[in-house]
Amino acid sequence: MTDDDNGVPEPVVHRPPRWRFSLVWLVPLVAALVGLGLLVRTWMLAGPTITIEFKTAEGLEEGKTQLRFKEVVIGKVRSIELAEDFTRVKVTVDLNKDASRAAVADSRFWIVRPRADLGGVSGLNTLLSGAYIGVDIGKSAESQRAFQGLEVPPAVTNDSQGRGFRLAAADLGSLNLGSPVYYRRIPVGRVVGYELDPDGRGVSLQVFVDAPYDRFVTPSSRFWNASGVDVNVGPQGFKLNTQSLVSVIAGGIAFQAPDNGEPPAAEGLRFRLYSDMAAAMAPQDKVLLALRLRFYQSVRGLAVGAPVDFHGLQLGEVTRIDFEYDAARQRFAADVGAVIYPERLGNAYLALRSQLRQADGEAPRRVFERLIAQSLRAQLRSGNLLTGQQYVAMDFLPKGEPTLAPPQAGALVVPTVPGSFDQLQSQIANIVDKIEKVPFDEIGLQLRDSLGQAHQLLKTLDGQVAPEMQQTLEQARQTLRSAEEALGADGPMQQDLRGTLESVDRAARSLRTLAEGLQRHPQSLLRGKPDDPVLLRLSPLPQQGLEQTPP
Amino acid sequence: MSGRVVTAAEMGLIGCRRCGHVMQRPQAVEGSSCARCGAGLHWRKPQSLERCWAFLIAAMILYVPANTMTMMKTINPFNSTDDTIMSGVIYLWAAGTPELAVIVFVASVMVPIGKFIALLILLISVHRGSSRDRVGRTRLYRIIEKIGHWSMLDVFVVALLVALVRFDLFGRVEAGGGAICFGGVVLLTMMASLSFDPRLIWDTPEKT
Repeated sequence: MTDDDNGVPEPVVHRPPRWRFSLVWLVPLVAALVGLGLLVRTWMLAGPTITIEFKTAEGLEEGKTQLRFKEVVIGKVRSIELAEDFTRVKVTVDLNKDASRAAVADSRFWIVRPRADLGGVSGLNTLLSGAYIGVDIGKSAESQRAFQGLEVPPAVTNDSQGRGFRLAAADLGSLNLGSPVYYRRIPVGRVVGYELDPDGRGVSLQVFVDAPYDRFVTPSSRFWNASGVDVNVGPQGFKLNTQSLVSVIAGGIAFQAPDNGEPPAAEGLRFRLYSDMAAAMAPQDKVLLALRLRFYQSVRGLAVGAPVDFHGLQLGEVTRIDFEYDAARQRFAADVGAVIYPERLGNAYLALRSQLRQADGEAPRRVFERLIAQSLRAQLRSGNLLTGQQYVAMDFLPKGEPTLAPPQAGALVVPTVPGSFDQLQSQIANIVDKIEKVPFDEIGLQLRDSLGQAHQLLKTLDGQVAPEMQQTLEQARQTLRSAEEALGADGPMQQDLRGTLESVDRAARSLRTLAEGLQRHPQSLLRGKPDDPVLLRLSPLPQQGLEQTPP
Repeated sequence: MSGRVVTAAEMGLIGCRRCGHVMQRPQAVEGSSCARCGAGLHWRKPQSLERCWAFLIAAMILYVPANTMTMMKTINPFNSTDDTIMSGVIYLWAAGTPELAVIVFVASVMVPIGKFIALLILLISVHRGSSRDRVGRTRLYRIIEKIGHWSMLDVFVVALLVALVRFDLFGRVEAGGGAICFGGVVLLTMMASLSFDPRLIWDTPEKT
């Protein structure tokens, strides 16, 4: 092939390339496998893409904002665009493969932002990290790709254990979404929704009671509004009741069940929401009787809901107060409607009813008609003098002319008599009348005259009588002093008196001696004094006594 | 190009690539070894084109995940951000540092793609036995050999950040799959340009 000697370069000979498998081709193969593996993995990880509509995309970022379920990232926002009609925003979210179950019909989506309400603060971590989309994965098997986002996080997630109930209330009060539900003052649930009734005459609330407390809700449970501070000014005085500090601010509902071992209530059962605990726990009155009363006096202080009282027992309450004009008597009258619950009389009512042997429907009416015949009367009484509350008292008051309201179908007309306060008022008015008749002016004038005269008299006394009196008193004092001097212990009168008394004493002694001598010797009156030794012996005694007496 | 170029092969000589000993060219080059140092003798780099192709194809395959996958994951207590090469460039541009964005873009996007194109041009021209502008092509080869490792910049940045930013709870940086793929791309293109024998450009017969 080659010849080195002639120095001529040999042509370059190209060998035909031998195409054989070389180990170096493993490198692109491995690279291809790695690339393919990554591709497959990405494809495998990619779940379904869903769109969610929100009112605003505040805080959301394309490619950054996450979709989180229980704080676990399960997807990412791919794009944010306005809806066709510009009223909402459409957020497209790529779900992870393992979260594809989130795209079901009853899943709910909302934007988690920092949120502070009366019940607390939530979503604080989003202050720094930015908002994210929260999801509550539904239980439905039906898959869905387009969703309407919620504006507020749902109060109850699909995986929370418990039961929801419906409450019918007259108004919402201070309740709100998330207001707590208490059972024996333990928060056991919350208000998850409310809506106005279709006819606008009430409010329906949805509450959720967490497990395991949901079993304490039984069909005969009573719910009441435990919102805020419940201050009641009634004829019973002030009443203040709160459930907890949170409920004072955020409102709340409490419930309680009678202790009768009932089975738990079914999901979604409808209850009545009472305005307060007392109303809720009041015995359920099945029998009621409407009353109609007419008062000619002021009904100031009487309100709808004021008690109808029978011997201290609250038998019912006032349901309406109307005003009308009584043309016949040319007076205004208050037409008061009330309901009473005869069963609250307890055994007394049963006894009365059995006496009548009346059919059940008409029994309460008959019982009370009979009582009215026995002079049962209604009367307005002052329940609380301080606040001026009045209530309707029913009592047997045979005295006085009763006032009768015009009869009304369905309502029992109860005769009324003026109230005790009213009577008192009229009596006081009488007294005032009488007092008014007293001629105070005249009395006053006369009194003034008399006082003037008295004044003059006093002046006279002061000017004339007083100096004389003074003189007299002076003289009297002198007289007394002289008397005192005369009667003094060493006064001449005393000494004279003593001397005189001593003389009298001596005289008396002499007389005694004489008397004794005469007694012994009466004959001496006639014969003179005998010379009796005894007598002689005895005689010196008086003699001695006489001698001894000082002169 | 002027004058006749005489190559060692044309003169029936072969040099050892290890010790530079020049020998008579044997009948069969493959399998022979240097008389002085005993290293294997090759007329040209063995399987140069084949290897170059293999590395280039592997690099091009890996370039796809390197760009689509996460390069760097920044984690702080409130958020975690995944960045690919292009999102990083866009972020730097938007953050008001266009010069950094340009550097990253050039190092991470333009250089690898330029290398792919250059190597493709070299390989295809050698296969077709083209004799056009051999000097230019040789210069092209020199350029890609020189700048090859500069596109490692991105990988270096990620490696540095991963090592430096480790405040467990408050923030950390993790390398994503994209970084590994990108490192692979750079490595493979370097290997491809190394295994290419620029003498092959000159091995084609001169068209006169």
